[in-house]
Amino acid sequence: MISIKPDFCDLSFANDELLGIEDYESSKARWCSGCGAHTILHNVQQLCRDEQLPPEKTVFVSGIGCSSRFPHYMKTYGFHGLHGRALPVAGGIKFRRPDLNVFVITGDGDCCSIGAGHWVHAIRYNMKMVVLLFDNSIYGLTKKQTSPTSPLGIHTNTHPRGSVLPPIHPIQSTLGFSNVSFVAQTVDWKPAHLYATLKKAYDHPGLAFVRIVQRCPIWMKDSYEPVVKDPNAITLLQHENGIVIDSKATQKFHNLKEHDPSDLIKARELVETTKDTTPIGLFYQNKEATRYDEYGAHNMGISAEDKTEAINTLMDKYAI
Amino acid sequence: METTSESIHSETIGMERKEIKESIIEIVSDSGEGAQKCGQSLGIISAKMGNGVWTVEIIPSEIRPPARSREGASGIRVRMGTDKITNMGGHADMVVALNEQVLYGRIKQQAYKPGTYLLIENKWATHTEETKEAYEQSIKEFTELGYNIIEIPMEKECLKHVSDARKGKNMWVLGLLSNIYDRDLKLAEEQIKAIFSKKGEEIIQNNLDLLHAGYEYAKDNLPMHFSIPTKKRQGDYVVMNGNEALSLGVMSAGIEVCSMYPITPATSATHAMAAALENAGGIIHQAEDEIAAIGFAVGASFGGKTAVTITSGPGIALKTEFIGLAVMAEIPLVIIDVQRGGPSTGLPTKVEQGDLLAVLYGAAGDAPKIVLAPSTIEECFHYIILARKIAETFRSPVFVLTDANLATGVQPFPRPKVNPEWFPGPLDQSKWKEGLRAYDWDPNTGISKRPIPGQKGGMYTLTGLAHDEESHVAYQPDVNQRGAESRSRKLAALGNTLKPPEIHGDEKGDLLLVGWGSTRGAIEEAVDMARKNGAKVSSIHLRFLSPMEPGIKEIFKNFKKVMTVEINYSDTVGQPLITEDNRRYAQLAWYLRAQTLIDVDCYSNVYGQPMSPIRILERIEQELGQTLMD
Repeated sequence: MISIKPDFCDLSFANDELLGIEDYESSKARWCSGCGAHTILHNVQQLCRDEQLPPEKTVFVSGIGCSSRFPHYMKTYGFHGLHGRALPVAGGIKFRRPDLNVFVITGDGDCCSIGAGHWVHAIRYNMKMVVLLFDNSIYGLTKKQTSPTSPLGIHTNTHPRGSVLPPIHPIQSTLGFSNVSFVAQTVDWKPAHLYATLKKAYDHPGLAFVRIVQRCPIWMKDSYEPVVKDPNAITLLQHENGIVIDSKATQKFHNLKEHDPSDLIKARELVETTKDTTPIGLFYQNKEATRYDEYGAHNMGISAEDKTEAINTLMDKYAI
Repeated sequence: METTSESIHSETIGMERKEIKESIIEIVSDSGEGAQKCGQSLGIISAKMGNGVWTVEIIPSEIRPPARSREGASGIRVRMGTDKITNMGGHADMVVALNEQVLYGRIKQQAYKPGTYLLIENKWATHTEETKEAYEQSIKEFTELGYNIIEIPMEKECLKHVSDARKGKNMWVLGLLSNIYDRDLKLAEEQIKAIFSKKGEEIIQNNLDLLHAGYEYAKDNLPMHFSIPTKKRQGDYVVMNGNEALSLGVMSAGIEVCSMYPITPATSATHAMAAALENAGGIIHQAEDEIAAIGFAVGASFGGKTAVTITSGPGIALKTEFIGLAVMAEIPLVIIDVQRGGPSTGLPTKVEQGDLLAVLYGAAGDAPKIVLAPSTIEECFHYIILARKIAETFRSPVFVLTDANLATGVQPFPRPKVNPEWFPGPLDQSKWKEGLRAYDWDPNTGISKRPIPGQKGGMYTLTGLAHDEESHVAYQPDVNQRGAESRSRKLAALGNTLKPPEIHGDEKGDLLLVGWGSTRGAIEEAVDMARKNGAKVSSIHLRFLSPMEPGIKEIFKNFKKVMTVEINYSDTVGQPLITEDNRRYAQLAWYLRAQTLIDVDCYSNVYGQPMSPIRILERIEQELGQTLMD
């Protein structure tokens, strides 16, 4: 690209070609046709391309479930591990590898049921990573069992007479966890908003928790179709510090609501006052929250001599 | 007491010292009275003087059991001698008891013999009527059992120097024992200064006063005084317990992430290094639970920083799912299991070797694992360094099985010279070799190279699902078979690098004892005693449980009978319903029977106690029909 040999600065990046979306694509996704995860995958790949994330420095970590197949469809490093356990693994990766871009892909069962304990603590650790909760409110991979976010009364294979408990509200819960720093909600069928949310989450300096309300065309068709078609079903949260989409896209929304994402109390209230619709946008952001990965990385790169000295100092305590 | 009579007294009482080869001392008290601090100090002083030492803590399960209760005994045993000491030994010679009730549990466990000195706090003789009666009754019972009872006004003596005797009695006792066993007072003073360094000058001085007062009291009032000659050691030595050795091992292995969730008796290993590890380039991560603790370690290892997770049996149970993942996805990982009594939460503070089969086989499906078991405090240190190297070379989780006996046992050993070669090299971020796949299993060894995030071209998605060489989810049955073969073959590849176990004793004989882990010292001492009296008995000690060391079957064939000695449960033939056919064996015995098809017997029990050489010797006598006791 530049035909000089630079010896005064590092222009090596100039020799690398720009990465295209195909550079992030791996094998063909095996989700059902019409599944919202396809859209999310494409938008995430777009984000990677737009941010020019080096694929070798990017890790997608997942648990088990439909959503958790996601890493297999990215041409980056991936970790498709155990049901509910993506967050501790992602934390372990980020703790001593601050150079890696870490994304966590988790589902409603994975995050809010079996992995709920890890969820509380991952929010508190607030390590820099993007956590995408693919919430289709149903167990898909194991064929239609009640999920912790399934609407009350929904008929499933485990609750054929209708589910008996009110659902967990992932946004409400996350806003209640200690040291929370970024909480946003979007839907898979509004790609412009989805993309803008992903971008905002990626730019956040701590753990960005994004719940993506996602369609399941196989097990939840009846629940989502009316919502997708109803222009009043969504409330768009607006603020200059929130998720900003262009005015043309904004015009498509009928319900607009101003919300300052720096106010945690208001964010919590907002969950209550918008329960009849699906609010999308940034509920809360605090860029100053304590980050555990900063603690994790604070003593990296200590020389072998210093390590030896530290060990010998401790061993002196036991010397005879 | 008048001055003249006091000086006559000390001349007649304190001067004669009997030289002995070794002694077993116990200090038993209510929880919180500092018996362990006293015993550990005695052990460290003795180790520093050049004696061989082994300590065993006597711990109640509760943090603060009711005072003066028979179940509440908290204390420590210190065995020290001229030669190297490798285990807790048999009957105690000298016992200091801060109340008489706590002795009952130890008597029940046959810790004492007629002639054992019991130095008992006598303030209870003048306490409330009820206490006084109990005290007198106990003294009577103990006398009948043949113990050598000496009542001592410990509290009264301590109150001459401090206002709260409960907080000072332990250092007074240290002084007392220092005189009885001719310990170096200067080293004792140093020890006190080190223990109380953060508490200020006044506290240090109080404790020094107590030490000297106890010392003087023994000199002036007690009839028994011993000396235990020391041997000069070559080179530098350190003295520590097994958990401290583990922690130094973790640091010396260059491990950057030590991920844990508090559990007894494993946790103190992390206390030992909590502050120092950060200076050595590592961090302790206290996770939200045991599962998260290993998940975090797995993540760090995936990121190229091979991590360690430290836990005990119930923690292993919770970690099992991730252990299976680490086997399937071939993640290097060091897992330290400081075993305690089980099942379930079992005996949290007491020893058992009950997790062997759980770590060998406890996982979904066939998950071959590498399992090491250090048998000494020194090995606790070195095995961690070895474990990390094996984990990385074989891309596998590696278990290090210690137990509560090693965790708290204090023993001197040659000071390791920290070698920077023990540290891992810089993170491999070189370009991934083109054409090489994430699981390019070598057909001979099953070993594949480990791509580390950051390596260009090495991108793969690790998965716990069956996968092919490229880590793609396997939908063909032959891929699953191939993957399973490769993971299993790695163990054979490691096994081929091992040497056969050394035989302690002759290569042929009537009886071979087989042990693993912390029982080594007791087994070998029993074997030595038996051999001295003409028994044809030998022992081997397995350090690798999986893969197994080679040549074991050949060794077994040279003995008429083979028997494991281990601290876990086994049925005894002849007990209700138990026959040769349905008998359940001790864990190593099960395993050896399956591996060798030899009729391996076992001697095991779960009293929560370390194995004692005397009990093993009794069993050898029984097996051989010979009298072997001196």
